[in-house]
Amino acid sequence: MSASRISGSRLERVLRSGRFAVTAELNPPDSADPQAVYDRALVLASVCDAINATDASGANCHMSSVGICALLTRAGYEPIYQVSCRDRNRIAIQGDLLGAAAMGVRNVLCLTGDGVQAGDQPEAKPVFDFDSLTLLRTVKIMCEKGQFLSGRKLDVPPKFFAGAAENPFAPPYDFRPLRLKKKWEAGADFIQTQYCFDVPRLREFMARVCDLGLPEKLFILIGVGPLRSAKIAEWMRANVPGVYIPDEIINRLKGAHKQVLEGKKLCVEIIQQVKEISGVSGVHVMAYRQEELVAEIIEEAGLLPRRLKSEKEVSSGEGSSVRAG
Amino acid sequence: MRFLQNYPRLLEAAYDATHRMLRPFRRWLKPGGWVEKAFVRSEQISKGAIFNCQMCGQCVLHSTGMTCPMTCPKNLRNGPCGGVRPNGHCEIKPEMRCVWVQAWERSRQMSEYGGEILHILPPVNRSLQGSSAWINDLTGAAQKNPPGWVNVGEIQVLH
Repeated sequence: MSASRISGSRLERVLRSGRFAVTAELNPPDSADPQAVYDRALVLASVCDAINATDASGANCHMSSVGICALLTRAGYEPIYQVSCRDRNRIAIQGDLLGAAAMGVRNVLCLTGDGVQAGDQPEAKPVFDFDSLTLLRTVKIMCEKGQFLSGRKLDVPPKFFAGAAENPFAPPYDFRPLRLKKKWEAGADFIQTQYCFDVPRLREFMARVCDLGLPEKLFILIGVGPLRSAKIAEWMRANVPGVYIPDEIINRLKGAHKQVLEGKKLCVEIIQQVKEISGVSGVHVMAYRQEELVAEIIEEAGLLPRRLKSEKEVSSGEGSSVRAG
Repeated sequence: MRFLQNYPRLLEAAYDATHRMLRPFRRWLKPGGWVEKAFVRSEQISKGAIFNCQMCGQCVLHSTGMTCPMTCPKNLRNGPCGGVRPNGHCEIKPEMRCVWVQAWERSRQMSEYGGEILHILPPVNRSLQGSSAWINDLTGAAQKNPPGWVNVGEIQVLH
């Protein structure tokens, strides 16, 4: 991770400075109104270092991630552009990456994508031309070699801080840390994991990841989020691919007087536990339709303030320093 | 014949033997003619019966625990997605065991090629769909990567 290749990403700067990073997911609107994006971003921006723009997650159609990212960069926010392999082939993806870079996007998260059966339009044709690793590699080839996958040269290559996902809570458990290493080899600079509700399993996973020496090579952000109720938790466990919620968590919610508050408290507790695990560089908060809770969760977990005074001064001179880098 | 997949060491030996047997004839193994047609038919029958072969024309079975990655509903060739169910079944087809859970288990039994599951495979060449994987392997068509592709190790890891 040499300094000469710094992408100009604010998230990258936070992580490289050694500060515990916070990212949050923006729920994409079902609307053509940009204000819907700005309203949701406003709640998140002051409490996190970067905002994830999801790419039809769960295979449900919403405003596109590249569209959301373009709006966010216009307003001066720091987006993470999620790219899924489910809906577009290699031609479309490489074109969109250039477009996103031209709009000022500096972070990209390379995902395989949920199957179309999980979403609201299960009759759609699944594409999966790339997988997450070949996508990651292609991002790096475009950035570092300055060319498309075809070998055709780019006049100006994009600059991306490249991320990937991992799910420590899904089988085959002993392959997962090695797969993370594969993702680093493919070009991942950072990782955002699936929701963590099973801290002991995460500890086991991180111990293996540390044995492989991966935390020195890439930054790992653990996915967390508040559960609104036991009923919703059960629904998520059954219907959202890759989400594992242990029975103890659901029972604890069931037993609570106010389930929303208990869900929030649980999330704060998980963040505090995750923060102490060796090799963890940050958290990624996914609060589905509960954005208003994100600020409270991050504050109660003791992760504020996000932006230091000196950092604001640095970022005002950002334009010139990025080009020089 | 699917039960044979539970003997990955046997299959990897068969793979090796077939490779050795065919190599001397590679001059005559050209795509496009009746020879390829015969190969395609025999691959459909044999690999179809054993692996549920999808005829991608770029066989990588030895890198994926002698388990066909193209039978994964997402066609993943580099490892499992994040949607694998706690019981090890597929996110998309709940009745099916995850292809990669099986690939990983079987690769652990393979002495010769078991480590190859850790290598990164390039994107699939979709234009080879339906052609003979053996002929593509011996002519080099299967190993031909997209011109701009950079393998790990060919240059320093890009970070």
